[in-house]
Amino acid sequence: MAKIKGTIIVDKERCKGCAVCVASCPFQVLHLSSQVNGRGYPFAEMEHPDQCTGCASCAVICPDSCITVYRQKFE
Amino acid sequence: MAEFEVEIKPENLVYGTPKLITDRIMHYCPGCSHGTIHKLVAEVIEEMGLAEKTIGVSPVGCSVFAYNYIDIDWVQAAHGRAAAVATAVKRLYPEKMVFTYQGDGDLAAIGTGESIHACNRGENIVVIYINNAIYGMTGGQMAPTTLLGMKTATTPYGRDPKLHGYPYKIADMMAHLDGVCYITRQSVHTPVNVRKAKKALRKAFENAMAGKGLSLVEFVATCNSGWKQSPVASNRWMEENMLPFYPLGDIKDI
Ligand SMILES: Cc1ncc(C[n+]2csc(CCOP(=O)(O)OP(=O)(O)O)c2C)c(N)n1
Ligand code: SF4
Ligand code: SF4
Ligand code: SF4
Ligand SMILES: [Mg+2]
Repeated sequence: MAKIKGTIIVDKERCKGCAVCVASCPFQVLHLSSQVNGRGYPFAEMEHPDQCTGCASCAVICPDSCITVYRQKFE
Repeated sequence: MAEFEVEIKPENLVYGTPKLITDRIMHYCPGCSHGTIHKLVAEVIEEMGLAEKTIGVSPVGCSVFAYNYIDIDWVQAAHGRAAAVATAVKRLYPEKMVFTYQGDGDLAAIGTGESIHACNRGENIVVIYINNAIYGMTGGQMAPTTLLGMKTATTPYGRDPKLHGYPYKIADMMAHLDGVCYITRQSVHTPVNVRKAKKALRKAFENAMAGKGLSLVEFVATCNSGWKQSPVASNRWMEENMLPFYPLGDIKDI
């Protein structure tokens, strides 16, 4: 059965930890890190990467252009 | 789950930073709507192939430095005067795509006169109007757009119409002017709204290039610092309090 999977890459140093992406992910994939980046912000990361579909909701809403989204179909 | 590891390669790319967004880290507060709206502007310009043809006019307000973030030509106007400057630029270079980017303090307070007359003259420009119901840059003072009861630095007990007058919908007022071809109110507080807003912005840019008159795209937006709420709570507050008074959708489309 075909399966569509997604993944994201977060530019950690650009991220300001606003959590708007976390709240916008329809599959609760994201959370904020317990560590902070060079500017003192916690950054977005995938807590449940298996659930990412690559829908890009997190990326389109991110005000700081931190998220790149990839998606692949597995036959 | 290693068998389902998504490969990071260009064929699998779904969404990346718009090419016209510069590497510079934006000075905006975390979660500020300005950043999301900047991306839409960059995407529309890029997708229409207008990067070399577009001149933006930035305001005074938090978005004064918009010219640092979108890699096109810009002019920075005095407070409220963006539509007057854009008029001059467009008349000198009629083949260019000219737009303004203005907050509610800039457009609907100090620049009311310039904005209304640019609309009335039907200048072939796009006006992007960011309504966060507050003067964000100067520390969160009341704007003409501040909701009744809303607390700001200058209305600590909430906006009282007896003392401060009523909030107003300048986009609805402008819809009565014959020079205006398209007025719409959008937001970027959910991914669905972001996608809708982009379509509206594109239509506005197409109108300007087709010489149809002035298009105004209002964004109901958040200022989480001024509102003294987290970015996520601000989006919720906006939906519950701003949208009933500033409803989303097209106001005029001819
Ligand atoms: C002539 C003049 N008057 C007043 C100011 C102070 N001032 C700077 S920004 C601003 C209002 C900004 O509010 P808005 O346009 O809503 O932008 P925001 O920061 O909320 O995005 C004011 C009153 C100024 N810079 N110049
Ligand atoms: S791409 Fe979609 S599913 Fe994946 S993290 Fe972003 S919002 Fe969630
Ligand atoms: S929306 Fe962007 S800036 Fe905000 S937490 Fe997510 S990745 Fe970071
Ligand atoms: S003060 Fe308000 S409008 Fe200005 S950057 Fe901060 S959140 Fe955005
Ligand atoms: Mg404002």
